[in-house]
Amino acid sequence: MIHTLTLTVNERPYEIQAMPGETLAELLRNRLHLTGTKIGCGEAECGACTVLVDGDPVMSCIYPAERAQGRRILTIEGLAAEGKMHVLQEAFIRYGAVQCGFCTPGLIMTSLALLHNHPEPSSEDIRYALKDTLCRCAGYPSIERAILSAAQALRTGEALPPPVIQESSREHEVIGRNHIRPDAVEKVTGKAIYTDDLTFDGMLHAAVRRAGVPHAILRRLDVEAARALPGVAAVLTAHDIPGEQNHGLVIFDWPALVGVGEHVRYVGDALAIVAAENRQTALEAVGLIEAEFEELPVVSDPVQSRQPEAPVLHERGNLLKHIKVRKGDMQQGFSEAEVILEHIFQTPIMDHAFLEPECSIAVPKPDGQMEIYVGSQIPYSDRNQVARALGWPDERVRVIGQLMGGGFGGKEDIAGQIHAALLANITGRPVKLLFDRRESLIVHPKRHATRIRVKMGARRDGKLVAVETELYGDTGAYASLGEKVLTRATTHSAGPYEIPHVRADCYAMYTNNPPAGAFRGFGVTQSAFAIESMMDMLAEELHLDRVALRRDNALRVGSITNTGQELRESVGLVECIDKVEAEMLRIVNAESPGRDPFSPIPVPSAPHLLRAWGFSAAYKNTGLGGGAPDRSGAEVQLYTDGMLEVRSSAAELGQGLVTVLRMIVAQEFSLPPECVRVLVMDTGLTPDGGPTTASRQTYVTGNAARLAAQALRQAITAFLAEKNDLPPEKINFIEGLAQVNGIPVALGEIAREMELAGQQSKACYEYLAPQTQPLGEGGDMHFAYSFAAQAAEVEVNTLTGDVRVVRVVTANDVGTAINPLGLNSQVEGGVMMGIGNGMTEHFIMEKGQVVTDRLARYRMPSIVHTPEITSIVVEHATQDGPYGAKGVGEIVSIPTIPAITNAIYNATGVRVDSLPIDQEQLLWGIKRAPVGKSR
Amino acid sequence: MMRLWQNYLRPACLQEALQALNSSPGPVCAIAGGTDLMLDLQQGRHACVHTLVDLASLPELNELKVLGDALFIGAAIPLSRLYASELVQENAQALVEACRLIGGPQVRNVATLGGNVAHALPAADGTIALMCLDVQVELASLTGKRQVPLASLFLGPGRSILQETKELVVGFRVPLRRPGQASAFRRVMRIQGIALPILNLSTWVEGDAERIVRVRIAAGPSGPVPHRLAQTEAFLQGKTMSREVVEAAIPVLLAEASFRTSPNRATGDYRRHLVGVLLQDTLESAWQRCSILQVTR
Repeated sequence: MIHTLTLTVNERPYEIQAMPGETLAELLRNRLHLTGTKIGCGEAECGACTVLVDGDPVMSCIYPAERAQGRRILTIEGLAAEGKMHVLQEAFIRYGAVQCGFCTPGLIMTSLALLHNHPEPSSEDIRYALKDTLCRCAGYPSIERAILSAAQALRTGEALPPPVIQESSREHEVIGRNHIRPDAVEKVTGKAIYTDDLTFDGMLHAAVRRAGVPHAILRRLDVEAARALPGVAAVLTAHDIPGEQNHGLVIFDWPALVGVGEHVRYVGDALAIVAAENRQTALEAVGLIEAEFEELPVVSDPVQSRQPEAPVLHERGNLLKHIKVRKGDMQQGFSEAEVILEHIFQTPIMDHAFLEPECSIAVPKPDGQMEIYVGSQIPYSDRNQVARALGWPDERVRVIGQLMGGGFGGKEDIAGQIHAALLANITGRPVKLLFDRRESLIVHPKRHATRIRVKMGARRDGKLVAVETELYGDTGAYASLGEKVLTRATTHSAGPYEIPHVRADCYAMYTNNPPAGAFRGFGVTQSAFAIESMMDMLAEELHLDRVALRRDNALRVGSITNTGQELRESVGLVECIDKVEAEMLRIVNAESPGRDPFSPIPVPSAPHLLRAWGFSAAYKNTGLGGGAPDRSGAEVQLYTDGMLEVRSSAAELGQGLVTVLRMIVAQEFSLPPECVRVLVMDTGLTPDGGPTTASRQTYVTGNAARLAAQALRQAITAFLAEKNDLPPEKINFIEGLAQVNGIPVALGEIAREMELAGQQSKACYEYLAPQTQPLGEGGDMHFAYSFAAQAAEVEVNTLTGDVRVVRVVTANDVGTAINPLGLNSQVEGGVMMGIGNGMTEHFIMEKGQVVTDRLARYRMPSIVHTPEITSIVVEHATQDGPYGAKGVGEIVSIPTIPAITNAIYNATGVRVDSLPIDQEQLLWGIKRAPVGKSR
Repeated sequence: MMRLWQNYLRPACLQEALQALNSSPGPVCAIAGGTDLMLDLQQGRHACVHTLVDLASLPELNELKVLGDALFIGAAIPLSRLYASELVQENAQALVEACRLIGGPQVRNVATLGGNVAHALPAADGTIALMCLDVQVELASLTGKRQVPLASLFLGPGRSILQETKELVVGFRVPLRRPGQASAFRRVMRIQGIALPILNLSTWVEGDAERIVRVRIAAGPSGPVPHRLAQTEAFLQGKTMSREVVEAAIPVLLAEASFRTSPNRATGDYRRHLVGVLLQDTLESAWQRCSILQVTR
């Protein structure tokens, strides 16, 4: 019985046939083409799909479309209907509350309803209303400030007050000042297009039959029933792969499809892929595929994996790599030590949980090319891996990168790109492969689980003399970037300190867990937790001040790192430590003068709540390092409309690279940034910017853009000088115009003249970063490091074991803050990701099966977990970085976990040595803790 | 092609809904807020159905009014409307506190108390809050209406006396609060999620000066079905209210309730510890309220 659905969407009446089983989100996105409403989880957890029904925010992903009969729906597209943005939209832009933008429509709709009901919302009202509207970039403080300011502007009718964000101490005309994102307007109005928002004529929908067993030999695979299902266009298995079966980022060990007789190594392994006329049919067909396995014993953790009797997972054995750091003489070091401490720490698997699940669309072109639409952190690597699978030259594949709803390292590996391409190739039709949240949680590479033993030797005065670490890293079923990640974990495992004798051994082990790869922090998140906990344990043992202990041992200019690198410049660690300590003491003294921040203090009205601060420090390399050539290409072109365009395949995942590139080119031409367009992530149109990883893009692609802009400027200068018969010094660029001997000429005019003269008004630059040395050879392993210190104040409920982070003070040495507004968002999000990784997130595996296979079971932090965050920017410029800048993306997150766990120890006397912080274990610990330590 | 449902009915009144449930081609299923059912359908825990009968807009299930000496709360009222109601705030503080904690704001704009109860889970926040309020449930079938005590609804975890296509929860009758009476609800969650609470507890108390005249307590999960802690109530009744007397009630509570271990959520030991914390907290809070709150009628 089909009936007609009558409803109003964004003030427009619709009469549309009801479709059985359809949700409101599907109706809006698929049939009304209002793709501003996003699907992040499909389980009413993330809030990205929030729309207003008769003014009330609801999750449209679980709202039956037919229930909307007779109702008024408002989506993000209806908010700026007259072309003028709502003040909330403006506020989100101005306050830097937009990063990847995937959550933004849901956040704005939820906030809009809040402001209707509470024109003068308190911070508590905002937190209550936004509890389930998640932002994984996690700029929650900026979001809150944007809402408060919008509310004020709405009440008073006055203009939005500007955000209070300190500009750089090293500012230029453009660089160092606050600038908004070039894509911000699209993102707040719902016009921003992510991969799943695209539809092509004749497009098929794909689904993947996953193994579902963690370790087995595939004995039989029957796809006939799936093939026979009406609406199925193709079903492919391993022997249908025309090119190479395996893909990978460093080692090609990951089969795109596992064939009969071959090895299944984790539950997410793909056995067959289906393309059908619609998603439901593709999923139904996958359900009809029968597989039989000879199941094998499961390798669950890296320590087990290294045992001689462990089942062997790869031909080369279970050891991906034994990583070694050697400095000085351990025997001598420990013999000089007056105190030696040893402890073991554990960290679990963690998921990036970017709000946009993976989506790839492959589109075969009449000229024999294959286009891949995807949000990818390494477009040229995708191109190569897809081409290898198809057995084609790279040039036949073009990756057209789309806006990405977060990445954090989790979109570096192949997800559905190869599968979509194989199906598109065989059917000759466009194919979309969209992961649902469950598939995303099961399939893509995670953060490495680790077991880290630290043995630390020091003199009584606190001087560190020897640190020995032993790490076991769980790299899962396939290598991904495991070797690189665990190398970083190992080299950073003795912390940001100068220590004469260091030995670190890391065993990167294959297991039957999901592969582990890149994740913001890249191994250093794990080792920082271990070493920074040890620093506090040492301070206690020696009765020394924990801040002074760090300061006294801190890396400074002239220090030699554990890998034998002399730091010649740009080491702002001591300033970070000093500034965080000063700010923490200022806060504490304002409340109770003279109090020791590291001693517990009960909350006056609730004595079962104990508060204390904790401290930590960290460092993180910028760039690939270790001898890998670190290059990036960028192209800058002047157009006849007077606009400049900068192009590079470097990826924008929400972190703000596009703003940085635009600002750099604007700076070089003395133009307002609005005159610069940015095009990224297209292997057909943009030069290779390399992988967006290792906090490298501001540095390498920033430099490439800067040098390409300079080259273009020189070319234009030379052209004008020659044309006007003037010396080049007479050509200048001022306020958007060229000045030829003092006479202004519009840039667009110059582009036309160059065109007429047969000259190209563009320049390309391939930047090669300073050379680095492989681990073990001494010298510069990295060309720059960022440094940080953090202090966190926690509140522990001694009756339940519950922990809340109250405040975080953070200082980050980023060289130069190119865009302080964007940096602030990264700092907030970094702290929140630390809080999530340390407290709210627990990725649970049981014998190779993923227990936390839904967002309802894997909790990322929400606005209710957000502390007051104070960000201090420290700028020790690095000589070769653009305007002195170095990496930002990872360092902002790394010190958070140990700052929190050290604070918990200071509040309760309980040392958390295994993550995530577990309230029940903490409670038992509090009950066991010696009296006097907890009070 | 498989669809989660084929046919979606929006009946105009309760009678029409009951008829639709009885006579539509099966499988047929009622949907109230749908915040659980939709996920069960989408994630394959509930088989696809032929007909969904939408109860959300039924007028009988959306009434909120004083009926004699009770407050009638329609089963399909969205939780957000429920806790915003002054009548509910006045008469059922425990319910307000529980409903403010269920799901998130968007879910609460759709989810219903009827759904929360009908699922018959041992630790549903709304259900546990209602348990201490001595609530009667109004049920309707094609043969007529009947009232039963809330506790008699539950047969086991996820099982109730409701026959899915035969009988519906129309609403709840909460006795009007009298002077000296008040209630409170608290729960402890695990920050890492697994959506269910570690423990929740609701308390209703009637006080006279320092004396506990009557008290009702429910905690979840403390057994296969939501239930009152009768021995603890009996222990406290007639005693003079103090922290010490509540402390003394905890062993009684631990003796009559069973707290088990849920993997990845909480051990039984942790729950046994928390139940004392929550009992102190809710009793203290309800006690303060019954001395402060004036009944406005």
